[in-house]
Amino acid sequence: MATSSLAQAFGRLRATQVWKSIFRRGPARTNRTRSLAVFGNLFLHALPVKVRDKSLRVRATYYLGSITFFLFVVLVITGILLMLYYHPAVPQAYRDMKDLGFVVSNGVFLRNLHRLAAQAMVVAVFWHMFHVFYRGGYRPPREFNWVVGVGLLLVTLFLSYTGYLLPWDQLAFWAITVGTNIISAMPILGRPVRFMLLGGNLVGENALLRFYVLHCVILPLIAIVLVGVHFWRIQKDGGLTVKETFQEENGRKEE
Amino acid sequence: MVEKKNSYETGFGSDALKNPQRIVFITKKTSAKVKGDAGRQLMSFPHLLLRESIAFQVMVIVLVGIALLWDAPLEQLANPLVTPNPAKAPWYFLGLQELLHYFPPLVAGIIIPTLVVVAFVVIPYFNVNVQGEPLWAGNRALRFKVFLSILVALVAFLAIFRAWTVLVPTVAVAGPLLFSSFLKPEGQPAWKFLRTRPVSWWVMTWFITVSVVLTLVGTFFRGPGWSWVWPWRGHGV
Ligand code: HEM
Repeated sequence: MATSSLAQAFGRLRATQVWKSIFRRGPARTNRTRSLAVFGNLFLHALPVKVRDKSLRVRATYYLGSITFFLFVVLVITGILLMLYYHPAVPQAYRDMKDLGFVVSNGVFLRNLHRLAAQAMVVAVFWHMFHVFYRGGYRPPREFNWVVGVGLLLVTLFLSYTGYLLPWDQLAFWAITVGTNIISAMPILGRPVRFMLLGGNLVGENALLRFYVLHCVILPLIAIVLVGVHFWRIQKDGGLTVKETFQEENGRKEE
Repeated sequence: MVEKKNSYETGFGSDALKNPQRIVFITKKTSAKVKGDAGRQLMSFPHLLLRESIAFQVMVIVLVGIALLWDAPLEQLANPLVTPNPAKAPWYFLGLQELLHYFPPLVAGIIIPTLVVVAFVVIPYFNVNVQGEPLWAGNRALRFKVFLSILVALVAFLAIFRAWTVLVPTVAVAGPLLFSSFLKPEGQPAWKFLRTRPVSWWVMTWFITVSVVLTLVGTFFRGPGWSWVWPWRGHGV
């Protein structure tokens, strides 16, 4: 047999007890072991074992939901790295931005990547939602997952908005001032809600700290839980919408 | 309870509460065959995982490429005493800020966003949206009158508030909507797409068009005092 030495080495690695203790299956060459590869893995078991080939076509999703999720992953990683250099204090927060620009190795790149992914995630989440809408992906039995999606949309917007204040520059300060002033227009609740959000009547150091906690702890946790429910529900609702099924059910078929 | 004959057989009894028995009804629209017949299936490993990894890699490459060329903005240290003119929200809220320019804060800042979120949530719970009948499939004459009245009222309302940046995209979507009502089923196949759109399609398309226009206007065409500026003339931001 003319197996390459690399394949042989890999084969030997697979035969070790250490490897077997981690991956409790043989090579994924049969449908049984391929199924095990998915549902025997904590991270992959959110995925179905089988998918319809129609749902795999690019135009079924344009991978928009996946890309939204991947952007979130990039944001969590770059965000944690940024936290190592950031103090939520006035005016130290601004100095940390300057340090990222001039002192920290690759600080500019790190900040660029986080900021860019944040903008991209807002675009992607809207695009994903509109795409799902036009495909009719909200129809029963997927109503509830659509509602979970609306929750994810709001969390994404809030994440982006709370992050906007953190650099503590003029752009940040006035954008948050303009935005939170709108809340006071709400009858009765407006002023108390704004006070609670800002920890005061003005955008100051309390507001910075609150936005920091919201941005780095509370909202990401909510997002992770909602994404978990969202993915789980896709499976429980029978996978992605296949367009033709719906049309046949209604007694007409287009195209 | 009838006594069990062997360990595999569950009991059957005449007491319907203790031992419910079911009859399956298969109605025309939801036959098991149609539901189950969604086509060929493939193993997620490797077919789905491979595609997802490629999507991830392409995304990271594009992201890194842009992050190397473009720089995140950083202005002067925050100063509550110096108000920039105009003070702009992040781009995804500039549509709302544009509305605030026309309508009182309670309407533009609270009522409209709340209504939009509520509208999103209830989409799947309304049968019109679920069935997706073409808008003009029913009583065409009546629906035409209803839509024309709504349109005239909306345009009048927007004109009173001089909300031109909302009015223009509204008319731009209303045009094809009214036009589509005159398309004959046996007419040009090229127009078939427009003719068969359901009402939910029209409403969402209107919403997206207005949002995109408002966001672009707020981002590029608004300068000091929220006045209209041309981005290529260099003032404003
Ligand atoms: C953080 C935000 C979100 C993430 C990470 C996410 C992720 C995903 C993924 C990976 C899928 C699988 C198919 C695809 O890639 O399109 C999906 C499907 C779906 N998403 Fe999202 N999503 C998000 C936000 C939303 C929003 C805002 C909505 C709608 C309001 C929504 C509604 C749905 C629905 C209904 C499906 C099922 C579509 C079908 O059956 O065709 N999601 N989502």
